[in-house]
Amino acid sequence: MASVLRFRKLCYVESAVKCTSVGYESFEIDEKLDKKEEDVLSANNFALEINKKRKQPKRQPKEWRCLDSCCWIIGYLCTTWWLLLFFYHCFPVTLLRVPELPGPGVRLKREGLTALHPVVLVPGIVTGGLELWEGRPCADGLFRKRLWGGGSFTQIFKRPLCLLEHLSLHYETGLDPQGIRVRAVPGLVGADYFAPGYFVWAVLIENLAKIGYEGKNLHMAAYDWRLSFQNTEIRDHALTRLKSKIELMYISNGYKKVVAVPHSMGVIYFLHFLKWVETPPPMGGGGGPGWCAKHIKAVMNIGPAFLGVPKAVSNLFSAEGKDVSYIRSYGAGVFDSEILGLQTFERVMRMARTWDSIVSLLPKGGEVIWGNMDRSPEEGHVCDFSKKSHSKTSLTTNNVNNSDVKRGFLVKDLANYGRIISFGKPASILHSSKLPTSDSKVFSRTSTSENFNNFSCGEAWTEYDEMSRQSIQNVAADKAYTTTTLLDLLRFVATKMMRRAEAHFSHGIAENLDDPKYNHYKYWSNPLETKLSDAPDMEIYCMYGVGIPTERSYVYKLSPNSRCKSIPYQIDNSVHGEDGSCLKGGVYFADGDESVPVLSAGFMCAKGWRGRTRFNPSGIATYIREYRHKPPTSLMEGRGIESGSHVDIMGNFALIEDIMRVASGATGDEIGGDQIHSDIIKMSERINLGL
Amino acid sequence: MSSLRRRKPINESSDSKHKAEEEDEDHDDVDADGDDDVNGKNKKTPSKIKKKRGEKPPKQPKWSCMDTCCWFIGCICITWWLLLFLYNAMPASFPQYVTEAITGPLPDPPGVKLKKEGLEAKHPVVFVPGIVTGGLELWQGRECAEGLFRKRLWGGTFGEVYKRPLCWVEHMSLDNETGLDPCGIRVRPVSGLVAADYFAPGYFVWAVLIANLARIGYEDKTMYMAAYDWRLSFQNTEVRDQTLSRIKSNIELLVATNGGRKVVVIPHSMGVLYFLHFMKWVEAPAPMGGGGGPDWCSKHIKAVVNIGGPFLGVPKAIAGLFSAEAKDIAVARALAPGFLDNDIFQFQTLQHVMRMSRTWDSTMSMIPRGGNTIWGGLDWSPEEGNSCAKKREKKNETQIADQAGSENAVCKAKSANYGRIISFGKDVAEAPSSDIERIDFRGAIKGHSAANTTCRDVWTEYHDMGFAGIKAVAEYKTYTADSLVDLLHFVAPKMMARGTAHFSYGVADNLDDPKYKHYKYWSNPLETRLPNAPDMEIYSLYGVGLPTERAYVYKLSPHAECSIPFKIDTSADDEDTCLRDGVYSVDGDETVPVLSAGFMCAKGWRGKTRFNPSGIRTYIREYNHLPPANLLEGRGTLSGAHVDIMGNFALIEDVIRIAAGASGEELGGDQVYSKIFNWSENINLQLDEEIPVHSSS
Repeated sequence: MASVLRFRKLCYVESAVKCTSVGYESFEIDEKLDKKEEDVLSANNFALEINKKRKQPKRQPKEWRCLDSCCWIIGYLCTTWWLLLFFYHCFPVTLLRVPELPGPGVRLKREGLTALHPVVLVPGIVTGGLELWEGRPCADGLFRKRLWGGGSFTQIFKRPLCLLEHLSLHYETGLDPQGIRVRAVPGLVGADYFAPGYFVWAVLIENLAKIGYEGKNLHMAAYDWRLSFQNTEIRDHALTRLKSKIELMYISNGYKKVVAVPHSMGVIYFLHFLKWVETPPPMGGGGGPGWCAKHIKAVMNIGPAFLGVPKAVSNLFSAEGKDVSYIRSYGAGVFDSEILGLQTFERVMRMARTWDSIVSLLPKGGEVIWGNMDRSPEEGHVCDFSKKSHSKTSLTTNNVNNSDVKRGFLVKDLANYGRIISFGKPASILHSSKLPTSDSKVFSRTSTSENFNNFSCGEAWTEYDEMSRQSIQNVAADKAYTTTTLLDLLRFVATKMMRRAEAHFSHGIAENLDDPKYNHYKYWSNPLETKLSDAPDMEIYCMYGVGIPTERSYVYKLSPNSRCKSIPYQIDNSVHGEDGSCLKGGVYFADGDESVPVLSAGFMCAKGWRGRTRFNPSGIATYIREYRHKPPTSLMEGRGIESGSHVDIMGNFALIEDIMRVASGATGDEIGGDQIHSDIIKMSERINLGL
Repeated sequence: MSSLRRRKPINESSDSKHKAEEEDEDHDDVDADGDDDVNGKNKKTPSKIKKKRGEKPPKQPKWSCMDTCCWFIGCICITWWLLLFLYNAMPASFPQYVTEAITGPLPDPPGVKLKKEGLEAKHPVVFVPGIVTGGLELWQGRECAEGLFRKRLWGGTFGEVYKRPLCWVEHMSLDNETGLDPCGIRVRPVSGLVAADYFAPGYFVWAVLIANLARIGYEDKTMYMAAYDWRLSFQNTEVRDQTLSRIKSNIELLVATNGGRKVVVIPHSMGVLYFLHFMKWVEAPAPMGGGGGPDWCSKHIKAVVNIGGPFLGVPKAIAGLFSAEAKDIAVARALAPGFLDNDIFQFQTLQHVMRMSRTWDSTMSMIPRGGNTIWGGLDWSPEEGNSCAKKREKKNETQIADQAGSENAVCKAKSANYGRIISFGKDVAEAPSSDIERIDFRGAIKGHSAANTTCRDVWTEYHDMGFAGIKAVAEYKTYTADSLVDLLHFVAPKMMARGTAHFSYGVADNLDDPKYKHYKYWSNPLETRLPNAPDMEIYSLYGVGLPTERAYVYKLSPHAECSIPFKIDTSADDEDTCLRDGVYSVDGDETVPVLSAGFMCAKGWRGKTRFNPSGIRTYIREYNHLPPANLLEGRGTLSGAHVDIMGNFALIEDVIRIAAGASGEELGGDQVYSKIFNWSENINLQLDEEIPVHSSS
């Protein structure tokens, strides 16, 4: 609308100018006519006549003229637009089509591949659609409309607060708030496109369809990704439905086992499912110990977040990621403006903290996996933002040789990835002995109970509002946190949330897997605290992109504004490392697919489950398939057919081909076994985990 | 602005080149100034200028015409945008306020009302959509359908029908030998509730019912849309898509996840027959059936709530198969024969539609079942005495109905011979049977059509027929339900060969005959027994009070080549006998006559009969049609029409009550407005197990 107004204003000016010029021109013409002969005089009369004629309509609708010209211009533009549109539609479809590469589906069909094993797709966090089944009056007319994903997000702009309210869950129970029912969109439409044109599963589905897949042997296991995994079963029977679907597909497709393709958080959801289905009824699905062996051929994890994602830390801690922190620093005025009542981040944080599922993505395995104050498995990783395309392969292969040499003189720049959160750049670099050590037992809630702000701020939004200034300072004084102390930190700053979520998730490493406590469902989604099921013929694939800098640890600072309802911490994006350092904008980067670091995606397949280990007693075969990221060469390619980034990898032709080959019966060895570009094996070796 | 434009010709009087740029924008003024040199050059030929000037005045209207057009469009656009903006800025509840201001407070939708009463979701609900209303999407297609992968071909906006009609027809057709997919094309039903909630944008089918159920707590885990490919024969949905297995598995899942509560099944239209088929299939042993065991239905199903069920078929299907027309199309065809049948533009719309719909086995499930026993013979019909002219004088009608059994000569002259479903000519339709000379067509030679070669790309089996065959059909004069099936066998042998492998239209003499174990009998309520489930309830919910097609008057089509040789004689009208535009109509819901929707529940299954050995209770719930009071109501909350009844508040309330646990008695038992019980009495069908049935005509 604003643009229309502006347009109209322009026209007004323009035509005003014209009005004067008209007068001038007519005068000029009159002059010219005077100079001419009689026949011209007659013409002059004629012109005058015209002038008269012109003047008559001129007088009354003088104010109208601008509007009229506006109308005229708009009408003109519209007609042209429609004409063009019409021509566009008349064009034969084939003429306009960019000659695109035939997808792997077409090629493999020519090779003679056909649909064999039914395929189950398990979407990850955020990508699944959610729709409204019951809502407050503000959401009138949105019944069974998408609140999240799929269609456009227009509703978010129209009534943002209403949407936030409906997408939030109950803070205490992690289930529906009173009077609101938001449910996952079932079926393939649930996650094929996240937004119009932004595919998630659509490319894979289309290629699978080429070799004969359709509704009866392709299933999307949509679930409400906001809930904790066990709660999806309690509220929606999502796990039971998945079990029944898999059994049905197994039977109705001639007793062919199912190939599961989970993505991102779907990976740990499916891990949870595998344990759940074999556990006896009250807590589990009662499928019996042979269920997985009988029904599942392979689990092809895409971008698996097995051991968690550091991004989740910053999200929970301060509702920001790499990109958001920039926005926050530049547009602080806009997003935090209290006058407009926006407080975007605070609201988003308030919503996100009601979602249990984000807690499932916190780094698992503590310091053993993610490194402590002074060491980390990725040690020696060299980032190179400046020369992006420059022979990365040689760098990575030489990495180990280099790192030893470099350690001598590059110590000051080596990232201490183990310190997932540091306050201030020095804290992230200095050796641990030089850091002021403060006991993490400082975190006792007693100090926080009295908050003077509380009265002035009214309703508390996030648990930060219940903390005193002093305890906020205390947190920052502690300087650096590893994954283990990080959990303590989160428990401190968001006690209720962690209490709620830790009833559903665990982030440790099991000492003794036979301990009966590990029968509880909260351990099922942690690969370091469960055994894989007894299914020696099953295969597990870890397929992920590499070659993109991925957030690994953060440098924080105290947020300057101290008013109430604000988030007291933010990423210090003024901190940059020197060239070749992995520190940029307050974030340390490691290799990965932009969301999941290689370590998290690959470790279980590379070491934790490789061969017969205590986590994998039946010796299920594991394969690592890495895909090197190559940005799209031209705009025509869209999001690229060789992309390695977390979501775009779903359009990676090599990955799709692998999935299709396995779905049509190939084994891991037949598609080429491991395919490794990163130094995941080296990293895994540095991790000292009893297997 | 417009005056400015008018001015321009004077300004650039001389340079005619600029005329081409007439419609160009205001920048021309600047150009005009710059083009003064050009003007100067052109001054060499002043005579031309004069001429041009002389011509100018008549040209001016042309200028302003373009301008006014643009201006007009601009105005419209701006108003449109303004309105759109206002509409978007308007609170969502605004239309409701307006409606309430005009018509007074609206009644609460049944969901809200019943929630206030304290009803809660109890039994899981399964919807079974009918023919045509389910969405179909493309999974694999030919080149012409590129870019339509997983887009809806049927349902939704139907945008592709207009863009590439031939391609669309090709993809919607099935293989005419097998009744399955043609090579290289896979069109599959859309799954989930979206499959049939809306047929086209704004045209609800199940959406209102779903919304109301959601009010009392239903959601995805307690509702299931049993979407199936409605083009296939019922057994083929299992063969190709395992649809029946999926339904079975989903019902079992629903029962298991809802604490063992049985499901309430709500089939609509053809879904009624489909579900009948399902109930037999699921209990039949494994190779042909689902192997659920003999008590599957009683374990899993609480009630089957049939909405507008064509248990005994629909006469409309005959017209559809015989000449691809129904009441509405027939009128269009008569009014605009040049347009629809235009050979020059290669439209041949009807032929294409006919070719397509003839490949759909499912249409044959709707052919009237039960033959003359149910639908009446040459001289009698169960609805005898129904008179549409005197619809409101109900006393009269009951009297006539009483007399109907004894063939009252006076009455007969006035009442229509509904039994003659197809008659050639109005006189034939009205004449007493003794006056009609009929020549049996069954043995007639079809002959070979000379047109065969020229009409190659349009396939209907009429092109295999010569003139002799067509004549033979017309010579037989009139067809009852029995001979209709023979007629269809005669005119479309291939199609019927496919159809009779999947459907049967008779009445069983002895249900113990092992041949009735074959699946082709499962969807015919007159040739199967209901499952052994004494606790189950069967409802028949349908609208009444709308004229519904029952019998047709046909004539030979004038142009014989490349077209359908028969068409409905739309000139035949008769006020007394409900004959309008060549169609005899009776009471019903506009598609299904009352007889077909109600007979099984009124008589065929009532009590313990041989079709219902375990005595499943049946209930009839009729809803009298009331057209919407005003435009704001849309399709009305009291409608009784075949599809619109899904938005009927009374029906929705009944369905919700059943789903929330009420039994048929609690609802109020039967609710009958039509004369279905009288008509059922007229039908002489053996219902006791022992004595074999004797055919009545």
